Amino acid sequence: MAKILIPTPLRPYTDKQDAVDASGATVGELLADLTRKHAGLKAHLYNDQGKLRSFVNVYVNDEDIRYLQKEQTPVAASDTVSIIPSVAGGVETVAAPGPPKARSGDGGLTNDEVKRYSRHLIMPEVGVDGQRKLKAAKVLCIGAGGLGSPVAMYLAAAGVGTIGLVDFDVVDFSNLQRQILHSTPDVGRPKLQSAKEKLSALNPEIEIRTHEVALSSQNALQLFEPYDVIVDGTDNFPTRYLVNDACVLLGKPNAYGSIFRFEGQASVFATKDGPCYRCLYPEPPPPGLVPSCAEGGVLGVLPGLIGVIQATETVKLIMGIGEPLIGRFLIYDALRMRFRELKLRKDPDCPVCGTHPSVTKLIDYEQFCGITPAAPEPVTLNHATELTSVELKQRLDRGEKLTIVDVREPNELQINRIPGSVHIPLGDIPKRYNELDPDAELVMQCKSGVRSGKAADFLRSVGFKHVLNLKGGILDWIDKVDPSQPKY
Amino acid sequence: MTDARGLTITSAVDRAIRAHGRETYPHECCGALIGRDGRAADVVGLPNTTEEGPRRRFLVRPSDYREAERRATELGGELLGFYHSHPDHPARPSQYDLDHAWPTFAYIIVAVADGQAETMTVWFLKDDRSSFEEGTLHHGENPHPDPAQAVHG
Repeated sequence: MAKILIPTPLRPYTDKQDAVDASGATVGELLADLTRKHAGLKAHLYNDQGKLRSFVNVYVNDEDIRYLQKEQTPVAASDTVSIIPSVAGGVETVAAPGPPKARSGDGGLTNDEVKRYSRHLIMPEVGVDGQRKLKAAKVLCIGAGGLGSPVAMYLAAAGVGTIGLVDFDVVDFSNLQRQILHSTPDVGRPKLQSAKEKLSALNPEIEIRTHEVALSSQNALQLFEPYDVIVDGTDNFPTRYLVNDACVLLGKPNAYGSIFRFEGQASVFATKDGPCYRCLYPEPPPPGLVPSCAEGGVLGVLPGLIGVIQATETVKLIMGIGEPLIGRFLIYDALRMRFRELKLRKDPDCPVCGTHPSVTKLIDYEQFCGITPAAPEPVTLNHATELTSVELKQRLDRGEKLTIVDVREPNELQINRIPGSVHIPLGDIPKRYNELDPDAELVMQCKSGVRSGKAADFLRSVGFKHVLNLKGGILDWIDKVDPSQPKY
Repeated sequence: MTDARGLTITSAVDRAIRAHGRETYPHECCGALIGRDGRAADVVGLPNTTEEGPRRRFLVRPSDYREAERRATELGGELLGFYHSHPDHPARPSQYDLDHAWPTFAYIIVAVADGQAETMTVWFLKDDRSSFEEGTLHHGENPHPDPAQAVHG
């Protein structure tokens, strides 16, 4: 026995009562009993096939039985069953009426959004609830470059309601090989301008917030605060540690990805019980040891795959489905087409997320990573070990005898070269340095000055007296001395 | 229920329904009629939540239906029925309207052509659900309706 609430239009069939009792263990049995007692109701509740009419909604307490066990939904004596009309109509008969889709109406999705996300809505793991979560979510992408491009595009397409982008760069020709947010006509424009245009065209329903700033310890916490998930698409260690620490301090998950040459990495850091980037790498590598993409190159399609993994994890975190990449470190080798997975544990001694953290606020990450700011450079000291491309040109023009040693890889020399240089790749220096005259004045040179600096240090350590490093590498040479050569 | 049924609406109700129809044109509008004893004194405009194209369909979802019942009680009346518009179509019920109709409710349809509200009609579902019958739409201002004269006027 349970109470059934009768809506106004059906009360003439229940002797004007707004509530009647009926017996049965399920909704189906209860309604059968109801229509036995009040026969006039039958035609209005059931169609000719004996099925509940589509515009008749039955609720057990506050739940639509469509989302319970339909007519098999069990009913206890204490439950209240309500018959609630959907009122529908319209011009002409164009199609058979479907069931009233009350849930999606309640879900805060517009009709256009329902169409746009229909392939999501039909998946039970996503559905209207999942789509609503995506719509309500705010995701911040650090960087609108190689990783940020696929991340932002897929998140925009998937309907993440607010996407923030942090970047202050302009589009360069060398970006186009992989940064698919930007196109050839965008070269020279701010990346955020071009990104916002692309994303808004893809999905005008969402909000794109642009933050044209260099992420720093001063602005990171404030910038991250309004967002739910942070996606790290940075290309350098200081920013990577900064993003990690800010995420830990704010308790926001970090969908991490990084790329180099043919290898990519991905994980989810800084969740409540999961490890952070510092649990894996407590200290940054010595400066210069790990080359950047600008130094070492990157396969153009690689960020596509890693960025999409980051976007996948972000979407899963928002909807709370599946197994996130927490405590797992994914390593992808594009050349061998293999994935490896390392187990990661939260380190109780982690300086930022451990039990007794020593890092409780953001620090100077340039200094932490051993990168001294460029401005207060000890000029006098450097004179002994470095020279500029202009100085090199002047000395060559004066006819001085200098040996320029290019330590880049052979494929780099195919792009550009300082005339007259000898070529020994950095990796070969230890076994081939005896090809060089220890008394000659050597000018070590690479692309930007990092690798050649290491080569110069090595040569000095084995007794070379006159070793100079070409500051800024061949890039500076092309800028200042020989603009006819291409840069990469 | 042998005689043609009727519904009396105030000029404020008339204006509100026409204004709602103009406002949502070319989409259908919908709302609830509240009053008592065959006299609608208030309307509650409701969102059209159809997912089948609001130019030719309307849907009042269960939560809004409940809200309409609640408003009716609040206003000391009862839910008398619903109104909706037919953009660029005559003010006659469609098969679709019939398929979805509830008994005893008054259904007002207002035709909106080119954004202008025109004919307004009222309909009631026959008890056997076989068709609608057109009712008589009265206009009256009496704020304290005498039940005896309100209907069948």
